[in-house]
Amino acid sequence: MKNNKSEETKDLQALMDKVPDHLFIKCPVCEENFYNKKLGEYKLCPNCGYGFRLGAQERINMTVDEFTPIDSEVSAPKRFLSDEKYAGKLEKSKKATDLNESVQTGFAKIGDTEFALGVMDSRFIMGSLGTATGEKLARLFEQATEKNLPVVVFSCSGGARMQEGIHSLMQMAKVSQAVSDHAEKGLLYISVLTDPTTGGVTASYAMEGDINISEPHTLIGFAGRRVIEKTIQQRPPKDFQRAETLLKNGFLDAIVKRDEMKSVLAKLLAWN
Amino acid sequence: MGKAYDRVLAARSADKISIQDLVAGITDDFMELHGDRAYSDDPAVYAGIGTIAGQPVTITSIQKGNDTDENIERHFGSAEPSGYRKALRLMKQAEKFNRPIINLINTPGAYPGMDAEYKGQGYMIAQSIMQGLKLKVPYISVIIGEGGSGGALALAVGDTVWALEDSIYSVLSPEGYATILWKDSSKAAEAAEQMQLTPKELLDNEIIDKIIPEVKDAKSMQNFKEALIEKINELNKLPKEELLAQRHERYRKFN
Ligand SMILES: [Zn+2]
Repeated sequence: MKNNKSEETKDLQALMDKVPDHLFIKCPVCEENFYNKKLGEYKLCPNCGYGFRLGAQERINMTVDEFTPIDSEVSAPKRFLSDEKYAGKLEKSKKATDLNESVQTGFAKIGDTEFALGVMDSRFIMGSLGTATGEKLARLFEQATEKNLPVVVFSCSGGARMQEGIHSLMQMAKVSQAVSDHAEKGLLYISVLTDPTTGGVTASYAMEGDINISEPHTLIGFAGRRVIEKTIQQRPPKDFQRAETLLKNGFLDAIVKRDEMKSVLAKLLAWN
Repeated sequence: MGKAYDRVLAARSADKISIQDLVAGITDDFMELHGDRAYSDDPAVYAGIGTIAGQPVTITSIQKGNDTDENIERHFGSAEPSGYRKALRLMKQAEKFNRPIINLINTPGAYPGMDAEYKGQGYMIAQSIMQGLKLKVPYISVIIGEGGSGGALALAVGDTVWALEDSIYSVLSPEGYATILWKDSSKAAEAAEQMQLTPKELLDNEIIDKIIPEVKDAKSMQNFKEALIEKINELNKLPKEELLAQRHERYRKFN
């Protein structure tokens, strides 16, 4: 059985190697196969509207008119780098994303409206919440508070950064505190939960917005699916931990398709 | 077996003092209060009002069970969203009546169940953290046995965080850590050595502020009670702005 499968995979790989640019893509949500050109500029599944995962820069390019990054140089504190395996992972992620941490922060404009913007990148160690991730987000909220600006954060994260242990957990408190200070000044925070937003990020700033919105079929949860399956000894349904289910249960304000995100943000920013 | 893992086993030991005995030991009088005012009452969260040396305090806790039935009911000390909602409700009440808050924590983590997800486990932990950090009354947290991840942090964002000698506080269980990093949950002992989850390491990293000698008899109970009274008195003397500024600095420094 196992042998057969690996043979099959090999054949498929051989086939794919011959097809230039991986012409066909399978949607991870509806499992429909389609021609990659049909993804379009917003990278949406033409069948179910699922938005394929984006890098932070790609997201910024399609969502705002102007962006000036801050704290780009901030990366994992040196004290963690004695763990060689972790240091290697960081290097690989930095190369893959052109970022020094799992979030890009800065000041953005849509039209004339200025706001602080944070965008996480799931390619950077699963978008996990490292100490530097927390530091960049805390500074973003602090600067926005000082400048009287609203904040928009696009979250996507596998949760805590295991390699930084308890220090990762403390970031949940540090960022939440900065969110709270910003809120106390009467300023708007829009949290956009994108695929996937899980663990400690869901259990902190992703769920602390004045307005919490998401994209179609986004995975949002606290506990991991495998842990849940092991605990309750059954398989959750397909729509478990999907944005549509959270909307129905009262934990999201709206689900916004990616090609409408910019205009929805512009509207919400103007109203608050 | 490594030293850190011994601490893990001790933190989980069935001989560990129960939260209810601990509450009875430190208070002169205590009344349990129930309910999240939304839909439920989570038995994993034991909470209420009591007096310590005549001073009214609100106590919220996450507790394991003393036998199998209690453990099933309390999900082995894993709270559901309803439990966090109850705890937050009572902490806000404490703020209204200007009572200090004492949170006692013994949880392997928030309950990973389907219903817990449907009812907003992530949202409730987030709110407990965000609103907890801003409570304008003295807020003391003590890790009693296990301090597991976000489910523990939800009740541990106060002015000072202590830990009993036989306790651990970590981003996830050593078993989970071993599974994620090495795909082998049997390497939990090795994981524990790496995770810096023992009280001594937590103190060195300024994650906690004090180690409390294990409470196992009248004398150690008295010692714990006196430490609480002293800290409450100290925090009570601070003007609110100063209290909040110090708390702010406590969490801001984690960079
Ligand atoms: Zn699809």
